[in-house]
Amino acid sequence: MKAADATISYLELLKFASPETIVVITALAVLAVGLGTGRVRSTTTVSTVQRAKTANNKSTATRICCAVAGLGLAISGVVVLQLPQGTTLFGGMLVITPFTSLFKIICIVLAFFTVLLIASQKSTPHPGEYLALVLFATVGLMLLVGSEEFLMIFIGLELLGLSLYVMTAFDKTDIRSAEAGLKYLLFGSTSSAFTLFGISLIYGMTGTTSLPAISQKLASAFPTSSGLLAVGIIMTLVGFAFKIAAAPFHLWAPDAYQGAPVPSAGFIASASKVASFVVLGKIVLVGFAPVRGSAAWHAMLAGWSPVLAVLAALSILVGNLVALAQSNVRRLLAYSAVAHGGYTLIGIVAGDREGFSAALFYASVYAVTLVGAFGVVAMVRHETGGDDFSNFRGLAFRSPFMAGCMAIFMLSLAGIPPLAGFFGKFYVFSAALRATPNHGLLWLVVVALLGSFVSLYYYLIVLKAIFVDEAAVPATHRVDSLSSDLLQRSTVIGLAAAVLLLGIMPGILATRILATVP
Amino acid sequence: MIAWTIYVTFAGAVLLLLSPRAFARWIALLTAFAGLALGLIELVRTPIADLARFTTIVRVPWVLALGINYHLAIDGVSLTMVLVTGISAVSTVLFSWDVKERQNEFFFWLLLVVAGCYGVFLSADLFLFFAFYELVIVPKYFLIAVFGSTNKEYGAMKLTLYSFFGGMFVFVGILAAYVTAGTLDLNQLSQFQFSPQLQSWAFPVLFLGFAVLAGIWPIHTWAPTGHAAAPTAGSMLLAGIVMKLGSYAGLRVAMNLFPQGFQMWGKWIVLLGVIGIVYAAAVALRQHDLKFVIGYSSVSHMGFVMFGLAAATALSVSGAVLQMFSHGVIAALLFAVAGRMIYRRTHTRELDVLSGMNLSRALPFAAFTFVVASAASMGIPGFSGFAAEITILIGAWKTYPGAVWITGAGMVLVAAFTLRALKQSFFGEARSTVQLQDGRVALDPDWNEQQTITAAEKCGACLLMFATIAVGLYPKLLLDRIMPAVEAMRFLQ
Repeated sequence: MKAADATISYLELLKFASPETIVVITALAVLAVGLGTGRVRSTTTVSTVQRAKTANNKSTATRICCAVAGLGLAISGVVVLQLPQGTTLFGGMLVITPFTSLFKIICIVLAFFTVLLIASQKSTPHPGEYLALVLFATVGLMLLVGSEEFLMIFIGLELLGLSLYVMTAFDKTDIRSAEAGLKYLLFGSTSSAFTLFGISLIYGMTGTTSLPAISQKLASAFPTSSGLLAVGIIMTLVGFAFKIAAAPFHLWAPDAYQGAPVPSAGFIASASKVASFVVLGKIVLVGFAPVRGSAAWHAMLAGWSPVLAVLAALSILVGNLVALAQSNVRRLLAYSAVAHGGYTLIGIVAGDREGFSAALFYASVYAVTLVGAFGVVAMVRHETGGDDFSNFRGLAFRSPFMAGCMAIFMLSLAGIPPLAGFFGKFYVFSAALRATPNHGLLWLVVVALLGSFVSLYYYLIVLKAIFVDEAAVPATHRVDSLSSDLLQRSTVIGLAAAVLLLGIMPGILATRILATVP
Repeated sequence: MIAWTIYVTFAGAVLLLLSPRAFARWIALLTAFAGLALGLIELVRTPIADLARFTTIVRVPWVLALGINYHLAIDGVSLTMVLVTGISAVSTVLFSWDVKERQNEFFFWLLLVVAGCYGVFLSADLFLFFAFYELVIVPKYFLIAVFGSTNKEYGAMKLTLYSFFGGMFVFVGILAAYVTAGTLDLNQLSQFQFSPQLQSWAFPVLFLGFAVLAGIWPIHTWAPTGHAAAPTAGSMLLAGIVMKLGSYAGLRVAMNLFPQGFQMWGKWIVLLGVIGIVYAAAVALRQHDLKFVIGYSSVSHMGFVMFGLAAATALSVSGAVLQMFSHGVIAALLFAVAGRMIYRRTHTRELDVLSGMNLSRALPFAAFTFVVASAASMGIPGFSGFAAEITILIGAWKTYPGAVWITGAGMVLVAAFTLRALKQSFFGEARSTVQLQDGRVALDPDWNEQQTITAAEKCGACLLMFATIAVGLYPKLLLDRIMPAVEAMRFLQ
């Protein structure tokens, strides 16, 4: 343990915060590169040749910016590995343990895949700014993951949130994107306000913002039934329920998933979710440990655990049932994301080390799957101009590889072996049942299983469109089929391979998470 | 060595994705044949004594954090099921010899189902078992939805959702066993003393989950529609082996893990089984579509399996396992005749229409096959159906004599609907002259090649007929291996 007081030198601080610093510097560099390469002045009258040239320029600009961003992320990831473990700075503002390092790396990897998705999109307007936002959001994630202190968590949350709002609204030509951005902003800022209010209440009661210290205070000084404490805890949780899109705080998700540019949606669905689960778990398991309560059906006890259990059950029911009625793949993924948030919460409700690591395994696997699914969506969207079921029809004939990858992603989400989602579900549910004596959480597991039964139907409907139905889109659209885009294809195929690999050998990730979870 | 059935089949499936079209069916046939050969080698080489208990073949740690092992084992019951899987697989591939469209994909899904079935029959780890069990579900969907016929998308979805619904119950039961006992090893679990309170709810949950797949009454309705919608190969696999997954799992997992729960609920399973036998036979008597007749006959025969299992004597349970084998072969044969030999040539399965065609003259080999299959299905001595059903009834006499009487009546119904189907489909009165010529071009472009029964079809049919007659004449071959394995199970002690 390093001395946590003000005696630390800035050089030392810079060393421990170097991964974050590198990402910030990369973001600035990307901005500069974007300024230098992207701005070919388009006059009011452009000939087609010039326009083609502009598009070409834009594409190279995107490529360059993505290369820089990817490089920065890679360096930052390497640096994370090099840092000395077991450091706590400023009362938990910056914590470096194997656990935080592992999840920083997972976040960086997911951000890296997002960058790859951007790189393979042909026409990103203002690539410099867009990538800089992605990188700032990544910094937010890293701060969130690497902190055990409320103020820092809040700052990370806001940095992440503000970047994501802009990323969502980034497609200026699409009115849906603007709508999504506005909705996300309004819901997001309201829930941030709730969280801040909750944090301030808890600070008022305990006099500290550090999670372990809060836990000590709560254990010694407070009756668990204090009304003020309950208000504080619930308000704090609201903000995170919003971030993971748990019902009833999920209303922004369908619009954001559908309206936002595809890489933004992928980022929101993957990296942002994993980090939010890490933080949520840390807050309730470390900070609020003494007021856990119990969600077992035969022994309900007030605390955060029944609150999260109700959120989980609601999310599973709402997400799965509403997803049944969707005809747009992105919207369907959004509602299914609500449901998957519910499954993941079950692991946290279990409330022990194993439950937490099961939840994190599930969230990580889910994130990988969704980035891949959005990769396929981006491709189909580019090819056919939309992402409704009808656009996916006959994909198996147009692009067998992409169809196969989509099948892997969808079936993994549905929890079909030998894919990662199947093991994830088994892990989470068994951890939940084991955590309470006498199968106390059986009710929640049964709800989740019912939900996953329903979910198979709508995933199969997507696959039916891909494999069974004939193509509705005439073949003329196939002209610039993305089969030429090697980068995008290899990204998606790589992600599908990862999902398959994590299903066949889940141990490589599961044991790692279990070993590092505090 | 027998573990290679799984690996070979998976490898074949993967190879199919990469190979050119021309080789697809040969790869599939070779793979299926390799599986059967491995099973036969095991049958010949392993001493009977070694098959008396669930002997480990492979055991490798898989996910240490959860205590999951890659653990395969075999005993007489498993071996019997592996054999029927191999036989079905080979004959299924032979009967799909002329699939034209998306050949690689077709055989890929088909081999996945077969591999999953091998996996289920050989798993000795509950997680592995469940993974294989669920693995089978999705390929079935694609087999039916892409390659099926009547109302295929409805039938495929219904079947898939039913299977997954059952899988959900299985999941709960498995989790309960795992969390309580702290291990996933089937051999250890079958030594563990679960509390009677747990057994009283976990057994019915688990058994019902499995029974969905076995087509127990009243959750059998997926079976007739699914069979009718499936392509011939799909019906053969479904009736031949996939339904057996449910009954095998009920025996291996539900009954073996929760013997007291089984005692509590056994009589209800007998009730459902007997109702299934009589009800499905009665419904089959009224069907007009030949595939529906056979679909309901499957439900009826699986009722025998359920009855035999639930009667819980060593003899009745062994008979039930033999019935799984026997029905696997017979149902595959019946579906092959109805779906391939008849439908491909006449483009109808309506009994009323068929009865006007006098098919026995146009398709003598098909008629012969169908007579053999019907005889086996009715339980005529000399065929495997008789050996299995008589063993079940003798075994059950001690415990449920009343049910045996009702079942006897059910067998009359079985004979009735089988004879009705046989007469109407092949030996009807030739009201008009042979109608084979009508509408052939409009309905099927490759009609011309289909005039006579092909060599592949003959091979497949002969294999199945040989199996049912061989086991019918010498049931000891399998029963000697099944009986000791059944006697070693816990619920009998």
